[in-house]
Amino acid sequence: MRRRVVITGMGAVSPFGEGVEALWSGMRSGRSALSLIPPYQLEGLSCRVAGLVPPVEEKHLPRALRRTMSPMSVHAVLAAEEALRASGLGAEDARDMGVAAGSTLGSPQMMQEFFTSFLTENTVEDVRSTVFFKVMGHTVAANVMLALGCTGRMLAPAAACATGLAAVCMGYEAVAFGREERMLCGGADEFHLLTAATFERLGAASLAQKPAGASRPFDIARSGVVCGEGAGMLLLESLESALGRNAPIFAEVRGSAMTAAPGSIAHPDAAAIAGCMRKALDDAALRPCDIAYVGAHATATVFGDSAEGRAIEEVFGADTPVSSQKGNLGHTMAASGALESILCILMNNSAMFLPTAGLTDPDPACGRIGHFTEPLTGRRGPVLKNAFALGGSNCTVVFDRYRA
Amino acid sequence: MTKDDTAIIETVNTALAEEFELDPAALVPEADIRADLGLDSLDIVDMVIVLERAFGMKLKNRQGLAQIRTLGDIHAFIIDLRDGDAPGQG
Repeated sequence: MRRRVVITGMGAVSPFGEGVEALWSGMRSGRSALSLIPPYQLEGLSCRVAGLVPPVEEKHLPRALRRTMSPMSVHAVLAAEEALRASGLGAEDARDMGVAAGSTLGSPQMMQEFFTSFLTENTVEDVRSTVFFKVMGHTVAANVMLALGCTGRMLAPAAACATGLAAVCMGYEAVAFGREERMLCGGADEFHLLTAATFERLGAASLAQKPAGASRPFDIARSGVVCGEGAGMLLLESLESALGRNAPIFAEVRGSAMTAAPGSIAHPDAAAIAGCMRKALDDAALRPCDIAYVGAHATATVFGDSAEGRAIEEVFGADTPVSSQKGNLGHTMAASGALESILCILMNNSAMFLPTAGLTDPDPACGRIGHFTEPLTGRRGPVLKNAFALGGSNCTVVFDRYRA
Repeated sequence: MTKDDTAIIETVNTALAEEFELDPAALVPEADIRADLGLDSLDIVDMVIVLERAFGMKLKNRQGLAQIRTLGDIHAFIIDLRDGDAPGQG
């Protein structure tokens, strides 16, 4: 039997700063969180803009914990702590919890440090022992569990840009099917030139030279991804547990789907995306017309946005409101699915959906879908959140306001 | 204790205080690096790297390294290396 699963805590570290409130007020202001990156010299890379997290307060974390954390893990732990506080849980309550959290890669900065010694000095003798723990594939999940003292299951999805939402799907299943009472789910990433260079080599990076208008999802003038960083964490809990302790309930997870698109490792597949959304709707026992808002993955790439837009048109037609948060935030990579889920929940709870920043001239190649240009108020209902990734990874989650 | 010894002690203490965020007041020679300074096996691997950088010489595999228990042992180990009393790679 499937149990009902609710969101009882949320935490964020984003290009708007530390905390859910910084993210939410930044988004509501409509401004851009993007900035110029420090100058660098790297042949073949011309990216100038990124969504960087401002300095955060991490000194309260003991050194013994911080020593194995690169910025992505620090950000994830801060977001996890915020989610627990929001949920009214204390340190002791985290003990039995599971964690599903990942990143696109282990810390690229630490990989650079390791390989600099390895390749240029032909030695690894001066590489600190703690570097490995920042590079390993499950560095975010492991560091969050260590910092919070969690003893439940450790899941570390590696689904590139869909990782944060994949973590929510996996955590949802663990709680829904009674394996865990609480799962802390999300994703984190840290900016590195390697990430920007990867997108640029694929012809999918925004080459804007200034932050304004650098990320324009669905717009005809969009030119690609603006890489970002951050961490988002959602606390998923069985409804029974949440009611039993009188926890705040921010939303209910109504259903989810994870699918693969084996047609291409790089090119998004509109039919597969439509299939993933339909599967999530089926899982939630909802029809497309029940959905109040679609939170698009839309990263501002030429092919990704058009595939997703056409899939949304196929499933929802032109009437369901659709927007992407990446116009403001850039693409926070593994964090994006989690941070944007938080925003979908907040928008729904306040009955105010925010438009896609930077979208002034919708590209017809992205389908005829429900773009809007001003905040949309007075609307509430189940919301559908997408996240897709290179490698053919598709994830969709349906959130709703909790109703007894 | 010579002036050079004092410089070595200061270099060791500064390097360890910075790396492991230690309270300078805790850096007494009799402090046990595990029990009193709170370092564990991972830290001790990194401690060697930090000291190698501070003194510009290889310490790993030197005789006597494994016997170090206290901060004073570290001071003596480096001073002995300077004096050539503990040469050779083990």
